[in-house]
Amino acid sequence: MFESPTIAEFIAESNLAATLPGSLLVAWTLLLVLVDLFAGEEREHWTPFMACLGLGVSFVANLFVYAPAADQQTALYGMFIADAFTGFLNIVILVATLLALLMSRDYLKRAGIHRGEYYILTLLSSAGAMFMVAANDLIVIFVALELLSIPLYILAAFRSIKNDGSEMALKSEESGMKYFILGAFSSAFLVFGAALVYGATGATNIPQILAAVPAVVGAAGSATFYLVIGAAMLIVGLGFKVAVVPFHMWTPDVYEGAPTPVTALMSVTAKIGGFAALLRVLLTALSALALVEGGATAWQTTISIIAALTLVLGNFVAISQRNLKRMLAYSSIAHAGYIMVALAAAGTAGSADSATQGALVYILAYMFTNLGAFAVVMTIERVDGGGGNLDDITGLARTRPLMAMAMTLFMLSLTGIPLTAGFIGKFMVFAAAVQAGLVGLAVIGVLTSVVSAFYYMRVVVNMYLRDSSGELAPALETVYVRWAIHIALAGTLIFGIFYPLASNLVSMVSIA
Amino acid sequence: MDVTGLSLTTITLFLPMLGLAILMFMNGETQRENLKWVAFATSLVTFVASVVMWINFDPATADLQMVQRNTWAEVSLGDSAINISYFVGVDGISMLLVLLTTFIMPIAILGSFGSHIFAERGREKLYYIFLMLLEWAMIGVFVVHDLIIFYVFWEVTLVPMYFLIGIWGSEERIYAAVKFFLYTMAGSILMLIAILYVGNTTGTFSTYSAGGDIGVIEMVQTHEGAGTYWDAAPPDAESEDGFLFSSVESFLFLGFLVAFAIKVPIFPFHSWLPDAHVQAPTAGSVILAGVLLKMGTYGIVRFNLNLFPEATVAWAPTIAFLGVVGIIYGAWVSYAQSNVKKLVAYSSVSHLGFVVLGIFALNAQGLQGATLQMVNHGISTGGLFLIVGMLYERWHTKEMADYGGIWKVMPVFGGISLVISLSSMGLPGLNGFIGEFTILLGSLGSDYLGFAFTLFGTLGVILAAVYLLKMFQHVFMGELTKPLKDEDGYKLRWHEIAAYIPILIMIFWMGIQPIVFFNMLDISVDRIAALFVR
Repeated sequence: MFESPTIAEFIAESNLAATLPGSLLVAWTLLLVLVDLFAGEEREHWTPFMACLGLGVSFVANLFVYAPAADQQTALYGMFIADAFTGFLNIVILVATLLALLMSRDYLKRAGIHRGEYYILTLLSSAGAMFMVAANDLIVIFVALELLSIPLYILAAFRSIKNDGSEMALKSEESGMKYFILGAFSSAFLVFGAALVYGATGATNIPQILAAVPAVVGAAGSATFYLVIGAAMLIVGLGFKVAVVPFHMWTPDVYEGAPTPVTALMSVTAKIGGFAALLRVLLTALSALALVEGGATAWQTTISIIAALTLVLGNFVAISQRNLKRMLAYSSIAHAGYIMVALAAAGTAGSADSATQGALVYILAYMFTNLGAFAVVMTIERVDGGGGNLDDITGLARTRPLMAMAMTLFMLSLTGIPLTAGFIGKFMVFAAAVQAGLVGLAVIGVLTSVVSAFYYMRVVVNMYLRDSSGELAPALETVYVRWAIHIALAGTLIFGIFYPLASNLVSMVSIA
Repeated sequence: MDVTGLSLTTITLFLPMLGLAILMFMNGETQRENLKWVAFATSLVTFVASVVMWINFDPATADLQMVQRNTWAEVSLGDSAINISYFVGVDGISMLLVLLTTFIMPIAILGSFGSHIFAERGREKLYYIFLMLLEWAMIGVFVVHDLIIFYVFWEVTLVPMYFLIGIWGSEERIYAAVKFFLYTMAGSILMLIAILYVGNTTGTFSTYSAGGDIGVIEMVQTHEGAGTYWDAAPPDAESEDGFLFSSVESFLFLGFLVAFAIKVPIFPFHSWLPDAHVQAPTAGSVILAGVLLKMGTYGIVRFNLNLFPEATVAWAPTIAFLGVVGIIYGAWVSYAQSNVKKLVAYSSVSHLGFVVLGIFALNAQGLQGATLQMVNHGISTGGLFLIVGMLYERWHTKEMADYGGIWKVMPVFGGISLVISLSSMGLPGLNGFIGEFTILLGSLGSDYLGFAFTLFGTLGVILAAVYLLKMFQHVFMGELTKPLKDEDGYKLRWHEIAAYIPILIMIFWMGIQPIVFFNMLDISVDRIAALFVR
């Protein structure tokens, strides 16, 4: 039944080289534990530096993996896959992590919680995200999701390691706890969904599920029922991770309480991991799950409804937020909605590739813009965590012109005004939706972005059009934080102005 | 047709960006005095460049001229890929509006020389940077012929205008700026969906054909067979309502129209305009009235009429009716204002109503008159806003009741104001008359509009005289109610005179020798009007 493979077969089938971007990062992280242990007094310089270097090493390894669909490789007996989709998202994850690390050092120092573990957990979490975008098997998706999430639970509560009973420490603790409990809950959905899909199709491997689905649906037995329920549970489980309505409840509290660089990181990497898994599961494994023969996929309507709800709720509730981190939390829910629009569009036959590419460009644009926005918010926060309200940024254009200009461009990009990356993302997503025949959903999408203009422009109003009344908190505008903001700004503008840059990067992505 | 090399259009389009780049590298504090000169010089050079374009312009062809077309990017849509191209060029209509833009810009900049707002709010560098950005985007709107790039320029105009109103406006500026931004964005974003739909259906975003690629306009106009290009089912004459509210073409038409109608603004989408106009600084009002509003009417002529001819015909009476309502309503409300700036702002609603009426007359006279009226309104209303701005600089009030007898102390200024007011109310011999007269002629001869449209339109001309003369009488006639403390204030400064001279020249030139401008438009307009010959 199970013959032990020869060594040559083993090497060929495991093809470890294809997993290098993620596995090198894990190995590097383990090394980092030792560095942090033995570096002594120098550790506060060495650990962050080595962590960034690790990202670079992984980046280089990734360049060898990033290949068009025709040259894709699988690894570990088909459990991992390395193609352009993986390669592109790996780059986004690595840049996001780099930006988050640049923001972190001085923030942690000021808060008095500068520990080596922070960097180790961050890298582990990013490695989890990288495994998730490379996952080609439901089991791997689950394991990678845990590797992504567990470090994030701890990081969310990181401010409470200095247990001084301050409000900030308590909020951070609450954030970590909330995230953990709801995260564990959603993981259970994911596992149960995977089990049902396995029961229906007899496989956990994504290509094998793809191959088995037509027979299952064709037989019209109870297996179809389990397959649909399983698919729904997978959507629920991953929906929690990407924070779409109605699985978004945890987001504002967790985002507000977590240390700001952690919030920035998880608003990006956790979503990337979740969306990558959703795309793989829905577009590859379940792409043939059509209950009406020749019709759109069975999950398209569900995803469309989720997308519409997410867009409406995320954007409308964001209006009433006074705290910038909470506002950005709701805005991140809304942006998940736009990516869901692309996902829904991918359900129409023939639109899968353009919709996937749209989603990827959207993710890229969102990564730069959102991290940049969080970085600016971080610089105006006070050490006790306060000061991140709308009123605290009044007159910022006079006191810190550079920060105000950067924030304005980030806000314009989140709104989707042309010449910023956000527009390119929205343009590609809506183009895919129109092409897929989902004009109604696209109209909801554009109208809610007008709503979003209201709360994003309010930030600009406060910075530019009102004059400062109170005193500003001492700025956390250190060299590294500035670098993070500059990189984010450059990404937002360069990808916004040079449209072909983004579209060429994703042009060879095809996962359907 | 030369479609690749660097064309004059591109040079004109990017000159303001050069100015912007120079301004960026200047120090806002130490070189403060030089900022306005850089901006002014840039706008002058841009104007000269556009005049060179005009000299090179051949009015004998309806094709686009000074064209440049480069593929910019590919959008993959399903199995096909659609090119987005940098496609610029001018026909008569574009040429005239580019000239209007580059003409108004230096005047607007002169109008902000030595303004009190910089003493209050500072940030002069940012101010001029936004003006340059605005000029770039506005020229872009008038010269690009790729739908996506058009949308980019269209949306980009919002940002500098938002800041101009929001930072340098008067008391209610924040409310006005946010209202302006949201209102116009809400309109234009639906256009994006319509554009994407057009691209997806036709496989191209270029409106005109060039370099072997067929543009959308040609596809629509050479369509043969049943129905229209957009709908396979023919628009049934029996059930026109069915066509209006159920056909794809009609929806696409509305998708574009709402964006343009808000910008124009066509009644009842005008409520952002009085706020934005009244709160904006002088240069902002001048540009808003002078150029930005024309982007809407230009868009209707360029896109709605060309791309959706059947829907245009079906909707023409409705929209023209709204235009006439705008004429009367704008004039009526204008008369009721006690605030000078608001009076001028509502007069824009009335004047733009004429343009809408002219466009939807759907014949050559109507379109020609409408295009000319766009320019006339830009010049005369721009001039009126300059007058209001100058009054405000001296007396710091916009209430009509606070003024009176200004002619006595500032006779030259009074004379200039009289000419501009008369031009705005359409006195024969001045420019306003030519536009309005041609429009009314067009609507009278229209196959699509009844006699009543012309009748009520004409009423608007009379009402214009009523409210403008009322303003003139209150402000300039009678006894001087509020003498200035400093007698020097009565003197006109050099930059104020310099701003009025070109306006006066244009008012007389266009009034006495309109043939120059008609010639420029003739063939371009005929090409559009030919679509609607019954």
